Amino acid sequence: MAGLHEKLHTRPVTFAVLSAVVILIGTIVTMFYPMLTPQMHPKLENLKPYTPLQLAGRDIYQREGCNNCHTQTVRPLKTEVMRYGEYSKAGEFAYDRPFLWGSKRTGPDLARIGGKYPDAWHSMHFEDPRAFFAESNMPSYGFLNKRKLDAGDVVSHMKALGFPYTSDEINALDGKTEMDAIVAYMQVIGIAAAKKPAIAEAARAEDKNPLSGKPEAVAEGKDLYAANCAVCHGSDGEGGIGPDLTDNVWLYKEGDMGDGALHNIIANGTQPGREIEGGKAKGGMPPFGAQMDKNKIWALIAYIRSIHGK
Amino acid sequence: MNDDYQYDNQTVKGFIVSSIFWGVAGILIGLWISVQLWKPEWNVPPFFTYGRLRVVHTNGLTFGLGVGAIFGISYYIVMRLAKTPLLFPKLARFHLYLFNIAIALAAVSLFAGMNQSLEYAELEWPLDIGVVILWVIFAVNIFGTIIRRKEEQMYISLWYIIATVVAVAILYIVNNLSVPSGLFKSYSVFAGVNSANVQWWYGHNAVGFVFTTPILAMFYYFLPKSTGIPIFSHRLSIISFWSLVFAYLWTGAHHLVYTPLPDWIQTLAIVFTVFLIAPSWGSVVNGFYTAGADWPKAQANYLTKFFILGITFYGLQTVQGPTQGLRVVSQLIHYTDWVPGHVHMGTMGWVTMTVAASIYYVIPKICKTDIYSIGIANTHFYLVLIGQLIFSITMWITGIQQGALSKAVNPDGSLKYAMVEIIAKNYPYWQMRTLGGVIFTIGMLFFIYNIYMTIRKGKALAVSNA
Repeated sequence: MAGLHEKLHTRPVTFAVLSAVVILIGTIVTMFYPMLTPQMHPKLENLKPYTPLQLAGRDIYQREGCNNCHTQTVRPLKTEVMRYGEYSKAGEFAYDRPFLWGSKRTGPDLARIGGKYPDAWHSMHFEDPRAFFAESNMPSYGFLNKRKLDAGDVVSHMKALGFPYTSDEINALDGKTEMDAIVAYMQVIGIAAAKKPAIAEAARAEDKNPLSGKPEAVAEGKDLYAANCAVCHGSDGEGGIGPDLTDNVWLYKEGDMGDGALHNIIANGTQPGREIEGGKAKGGMPPFGAQMDKNKIWALIAYIRSIHGK
Repeated sequence: MNDDYQYDNQTVKGFIVSSIFWGVAGILIGLWISVQLWKPEWNVPPFFTYGRLRVVHTNGLTFGLGVGAIFGISYYIVMRLAKTPLLFPKLARFHLYLFNIAIALAAVSLFAGMNQSLEYAELEWPLDIGVVILWVIFAVNIFGTIIRRKEEQMYISLWYIIATVVAVAILYIVNNLSVPSGLFKSYSVFAGVNSANVQWWYGHNAVGFVFTTPILAMFYYFLPKSTGIPIFSHRLSIISFWSLVFAYLWTGAHHLVYTPLPDWIQTLAIVFTVFLIAPSWGSVVNGFYTAGADWPKAQANYLTKFFILGITFYGLQTVQGPTQGLRVVSQLIHYTDWVPGHVHMGTMGWVTMTVAASIYYVIPKICKTDIYSIGIANTHFYLVLIGQLIFSITMWITGIQQGALSKAVNPDGSLKYAMVEIIAKNYPYWQMRTLGGVIFTIGMLFFIYNIYMTIRKGKALAVSNA
């Protein structure tokens, strides 16, 4: 071997060609070969190409380097699925050029962000992340509100990708801001995969709150409310992005709602179409079951009951 | 050497000074973004948010400091090992100017948010073409000079430089293939899972062929040069070289463990990653035994500690890296601050240490004088060492913490910590990291001062000799 190499030492061109061959072996096996097989090009049946507004949002996501702090892939690990939702499937990314899985989670993963929060939550959070989470280190992106989309650019981007679009969709871009676009993108991320509730077990509808009226539970619930609920339901439950919690309207219906049903909504959220207490949820509220255990949710309900009618 | 006057030292010096300039810019931006993590008010939208600045930091240091130093020092090494001047000295000078223009435009474009979102390949397509031209010019000059060499045998460093040029050409062109839409925007030709596989084949080998092979070329040249001790084993260097160059290309998918990428590609990557310990340590052992062959002699030179500590960090890096690739470790530390801790041991400990020592050797040689101050060089050494250790160790601790807290559950099985609580627990470590960065930066300022004074000393001597 050393003898062969002695000869090779004196022939730079042969040396370079041989290096290229050696480099290409691993390259071909792990990169070029798989590319030629269907396993690298899977697509979920209900996956759709981005609309013009969503694509504009994705371009902004790339421009702002969101992928430097946010991943878009949930690993098939128990606690990760509990925290973020169903693990990522190969067929979800067929229209992503390139993929935006990222490599660092300074902030949360966003693979299942679509439909988790209402639009208003996102635009307010982009504007002032610390109004929602006092200890967040995310930059503020309020300037996106001031920038209008350029429909001409969006059309040329849709064409480059070969995505279908209608003139109505392009006309609808008129007057839309970059904020509208990035929120539209947030809402489409990861929605093609079948959703499973983040947490399976919650209270049954007929359950009664075991902590009802206990002063220490009400006090704990008050803290939990301030940390988790106040941004959407108002600091005293008067409502905001989410509905008023002091009146007697629950899920668009007049009349009281049982403790068990409330527990269920807090734990599992109100994904659109979910049947709760005979009514259909319209979406908007994210699940909190992964971050609050059963007793914390009961304490929270004890607090909510205490502000009722105030 | 009598024919020294033929060598194009000015271009070499130009690249070294340019790389130091971009290095300082990149390090200062690194400090800035390290503060942004624990003080979000330091984000100044739209141009100076973390999301935009982080890519200026990584690109500035990889391409500005790293590739700039690689171009300059490789020219130096190739001329001497070929015992002939560069084949196209004017082209090399043009290369230097084009390099600086490209890096300046790259920085501006990244501030402006023109970003392909491919790690270490963020630059948009017009700049990609510029980068390819830069490497083509480099390749023409390197190969031309080597082919016309006056020394029959090609020394180890030349092998590594040749492999660098060949690999970078393949990697950079393939990963950047895209469909342009206007001058400032393009979309990758690869989609989804496949684009992830191509990107990390590129991303990991950018580490292999920018932060490893050309730096090994410097190591194999300057350690024997500065100590006067020949390299310990020629045979070991041959085995290390070919097995390293062969194995590296299989390993990219260890960045994609537990993602939807087909499992067999992940497993193959993990296996080859573990194998890579062998060729990496081939160079480590060769370095240790070279200095150890005559340790009193090696010890007498102030640069030995830079090279030996540099190769030690390379050795630690190439054990830590394969460990991280294992599924059981990856599931805990992937996506956490552990990884920046790992990366910075390589870049601050191995790459910058070895590049700085090479510059300490080259600048006095081409200025025909001695180093301005060995004392300042020693101060520089200890400051960057302490700064880097603080950086890496704090990030490893907080990385494990992030991984562990995100898995922690209550007795009833629900998650114990919300994401924002996990973020808040990083703040003290992020602050300590900034402190480490400040110490490292001060160390680099000592280095720059020393180099500046050496160049001045050389000029003064040239005037008095004239």
